[in-house]
Amino acid sequence: MTNEALQNLIGTWVPNPVTSELEFTEEESQFLNISVQPADLHQLMTQLKSNSETSFDYLFCLSGVDWGKELGVVYHLESTTHRHIIVVKVKTEDRENPVFDSVYDIWKTAEFHEREVFDFFGIKFNNHPNLKRLFLTEDWDGFPLRKDYVDDINMIVK
Amino acid sequence: METSTVNNNFKSDEYFINMGPQHPATHGVLRLLLTIDGETIKKVEPDLGYIHRSIEKMCERDSYQQIVHLTDRMDYLSSNINNEAVCLAVENALQIEVPDRVKVIRTIIGELTRIASHNLWWGVMGMDVGALTTYFYAFRDREMINDIFEETCGARLTMNYNIPGGLMFDIHPNFIKRVKEFITHFKTKLPEYDTLLTNNVIFQKRMRGVGILSKEDAISYGASGPVGRGSGYSCDVRKTNPYSALDKVTFNEALRTEGDSFARYEVRIQEMWESISIVEQLIDNIPEGDYKVETNAVIKLPKGEFYQKVETARGEFGVYIISTGTKNPYRLKFRSPGFSNLSLLNHIAVGGKIGDLVASMATLDLVIPDIDR
Repeated sequence: MTNEALQNLIGTWVPNPVTSELEFTEEESQFLNISVQPADLHQLMTQLKSNSETSFDYLFCLSGVDWGKELGVVYHLESTTHRHIIVVKVKTEDRENPVFDSVYDIWKTAEFHEREVFDFFGIKFNNHPNLKRLFLTEDWDGFPLRKDYVDDINMIVK
Repeated sequence: METSTVNNNFKSDEYFINMGPQHPATHGVLRLLLTIDGETIKKVEPDLGYIHRSIEKMCERDSYQQIVHLTDRMDYLSSNINNEAVCLAVENALQIEVPDRVKVIRTIIGELTRIASHNLWWGVMGMDVGALTTYFYAFRDREMINDIFEETCGARLTMNYNIPGGLMFDIHPNFIKRVKEFITHFKTKLPEYDTLLTNNVIFQKRMRGVGILSKEDAISYGASGPVGRGSGYSCDVRKTNPYSALDKVTFNEALRTEGDSFARYEVRIQEMWESISIVEQLIDNIPEGDYKVETNAVIKLPKGEFYQKVETARGEFGVYIISTGTKNPYRLKFRSPGFSNLSLLNHIAVGGKIGDLVASMATLDLVIPDIDR
């Protein structure tokens, strides 16, 4: 399916595309990007996977990103039947207690990827089966991949 | 601390043992917490991070030329293919078209890397299940590839041969001759692998029906490479998104539908034959021309997001760059195949014996620095 057809189809899933704050863009990226509100994330993801026309069954990359003011997660999805790709982005301005819904129940690979994001960005995931640090020790202070992380001993800053 | 959390969840006849971090079958510093009932595995929980170097954080500090060098240290057995991924991402972002000579040389060296990696895997996988001879056979043949690499670029493992815009040097005058010698040699040796190990009844009994992964689970767990293809999931990036000179060659995607350890084993053996075929198609047709195009000394990527995926010996390797237009990436994420493949270990090992876990893990072909980036 082309990006335009995808955009039109996904636009029809929400009752009122103007107020639902689903943003589509192809600017500065080779894929179609959707920005979604944290509250709508899980429902959108479930539909992207289960709808037979989209059927995004392969979550090939899940990255945490610190945009400075906001923290967020970027999901790269691909369909193994239709071979189209979409990027879903979710952001929050709450840096103290960022929480999103886990997509572990949709794609099992998310279990480890979300633990990695929790480890390095401190983003929590609701309904995750085993949310704890993956690489770092439990008593580690702070979240190293955040832009405001400071470590005078171990980090070499140029 | 780990012990106490496990202890709380114990059922009366279960206990737990540590496998690793210095266990020979984990091929690196991976610790597995096994919950056991008798000798039956109830749960496998990997404990990671023993050699995490935070390469993604270092990338935010480094220039794009420097990042290429760091990727060697992730999956060191596919180092050249990892280098290529970053270079392709940067070249696509800058819209640089590299000469055909570069594309062909990159593909030849990439496939030789794949043969070397599968070769080493075959050796240590035999050793994991108790066949010591395979190790020496595999290292004998792999040595020839490493010698070719050493002559080409000075390094045997962490090659750094690719740079954004092309290659660091042109190929050595002996390159074509020695690759042909290797192909001739290896084509007589690869059937010996089958005679020695593949057709061995004891080996087959240890591998067949062990560690079964269905196609649906393979996709859901994000499996790629030979692990996915052993479950009948057609996921070869060289077919779906061809890069470099891979669109000019013909080869078959190795696919098996059984989904067990033996299927993954067969996929890798067939992939070595396919890689030989790719190298043979290209080695006499290396176009004349430059081995690089000049780029600016300071590479600045335009503002935006760039994703590049390639097929390493372990599966789909992705580079996701977020650039704000400066000389460093704002955020760089490596999607490593081993990380996703490890996450399904618990799924395929539960219900089996500890010996089966070793066999299953060997066919996942984990490289720990690839997981602990």
